[in-house]
Amino acid sequence: MAPPLARPAQSWQLSEAGPAVRVRNFTRRFGEVTVLEDLDLEVGKGEFVALLGRSGSGKTTLLRTLAGIDAASGHEVLTPAARAVVFQDARLLPWKRVWRNVALGLKDADIRTRAEAALTEVGLEHRLDAWPATLSGGEAQRVSLARALVRDPGLLLLDEPFAALDALTRLRMHDLVLSLWRRHAPAVLLVTHDVDEAVTLADRVLVLEGGRIAAEEHITLPRPRANDGAFQDVRARLLNRLGVDAGRRKPAEGALLAFPSGEIVA
Amino acid sequence: MSTVTLDRKSPGLGLPRLRLRGGRWVSPVLLLLLWELGSRTGVIPDRILAAPSAVAKTFWAMTVSGELPANLAVSLARCLAGLAFGLTIGVVLALAAGLSRAGEAAIDPLMQIKRTIPALALTPLFIVWFGIGETPKVTLIAVATVFPIYLNLFSGVRGVDARLIEAGRSFGLSQAELIRHVILPGALPSFLVGLRYALGVSLLVLVVAEQINASAGLGHLINNARDFMRTDIIVVCLVVYASLGLGADLLVRTLETRALAWRPSFIKS
Repeated sequence: MAPPLARPAQSWQLSEAGPAVRVRNFTRRFGEVTVLEDLDLEVGKGEFVALLGRSGSGKTTLLRTLAGIDAASGHEVLTPAARAVVFQDARLLPWKRVWRNVALGLKDADIRTRAEAALTEVGLEHRLDAWPATLSGGEAQRVSLARALVRDPGLLLLDEPFAALDALTRLRMHDLVLSLWRRHAPAVLLVTHDVDEAVTLADRVLVLEGGRIAAEEHITLPRPRANDGAFQDVRARLLNRLGVDAGRRKPAEGALLAFPSGEIVA
Repeated sequence: MSTVTLDRKSPGLGLPRLRLRGGRWVSPVLLLLLWELGSRTGVIPDRILAAPSAVAKTFWAMTVSGELPANLAVSLARCLAGLAFGLTIGVVLALAAGLSRAGEAAIDPLMQIKRTIPALALTPLFIVWFGIGETPKVTLIAVATVFPIYLNLFSGVRGVDARLIEAGRSFGLSQAELIRHVILPGALPSFLVGLRYALGVSLLVLVVAEQINASAGLGHLINNARDFMRTDIIVVCLVVYASLGLGADLLVRTLETRALAWRPSFIKS
């Protein structure tokens, strides 16, 4: 069933000096189930934050609220006016050519040039007029990134954008996202269940548990980050916080496993 | 051993592949020949079924005299008028019901109730209301074509991927833009399915509606031919009905390849 067409959540522009995102005492319930409770969150301008959590921990709910997809009426949820989301499934409109997808909703005169520039940045200048159905998974995600960037977002929301890609493509996407982040400097909130991904990319990793931010880890390792001892320490701490004992983990045991990639499989 | 079999299968006399695939033509042509033979030898009398050659001759004569084109134009005009009404009403109702909950609550129950009544069963009522002129014929076609359009477009609008709507909204599309860029294009494939059904139904209903005391049109030709036992004219009209159906199908296929060029199945071909 499609459109119960609701209004997007209200958002207020924050002052110049303040953080990019500020959420205070945010609670969200679906019927009896409380997904997020009394949650506080701040993301600085240009900060790259990763949000870790198991399935059902409310990561996506939080992201949808920040994106304005779910209403946040009656709560203090402050975000920049220009936000953009990259979803796990690229969600391109199959009936619009690639550049039209990127330009979706843009109002100025020269949208084709802007879409072209954004697609060039993600290395897809040769697929401008392709139909989305002809793209590979990685290409579709790059288009989706271009569609987000073309809006010059103050806040870029990434909802497990690499989860459906193969390992090699995923690594390439990590590099691409980092270079785009450096160039455009939006605040980034990356929702993921991949601990390695979070540690590789983010300035700060948050662990969401029981509807609140249960742990926080500032990562000061210089980029590009190699999988060395310091990296392993951070990773082990985070896995530990998620209830996985990375030190004593044996590959074949248990219902909850952390695979070498760092993904949590429940 | 296998080479021998392969050699036998391949057209050794340089017959092009087209001929092999053209094998599908053999049985219809054979049937025509048998039919012609039956007529010539008197096994099939003229008043039961005219010979194919006689039908072809009649077809030519009726075309040259203008009798067939004139009556065909009358039938086509009926069909198109009915379709135009049916299409418009169907689209308006489907969009009203598909795009708003209030619209659905108001329109859908009535449509579902009405759907249980076969359109042709309304014929007597329409004759009582509208007499035996053009109005009942056009109305009958309109009423019958509303449903395939309404049902398919409504389910198409409701079936649009909610994730795409969400994405569109997250990129700041207004309600009108969402409808224009996401919902309507998403519902187009279903609408075209409905259109194909509607064209088929309109022809079917045309045939029946034209039996209502028509003074022109293909139905009128058939009625007259029946009275004079002119089976050749009847068959000519049947052939024309068939080619109308074929033409309608071709029209929708062309529309589909144009409008749905983004679909994987069309991209490949």
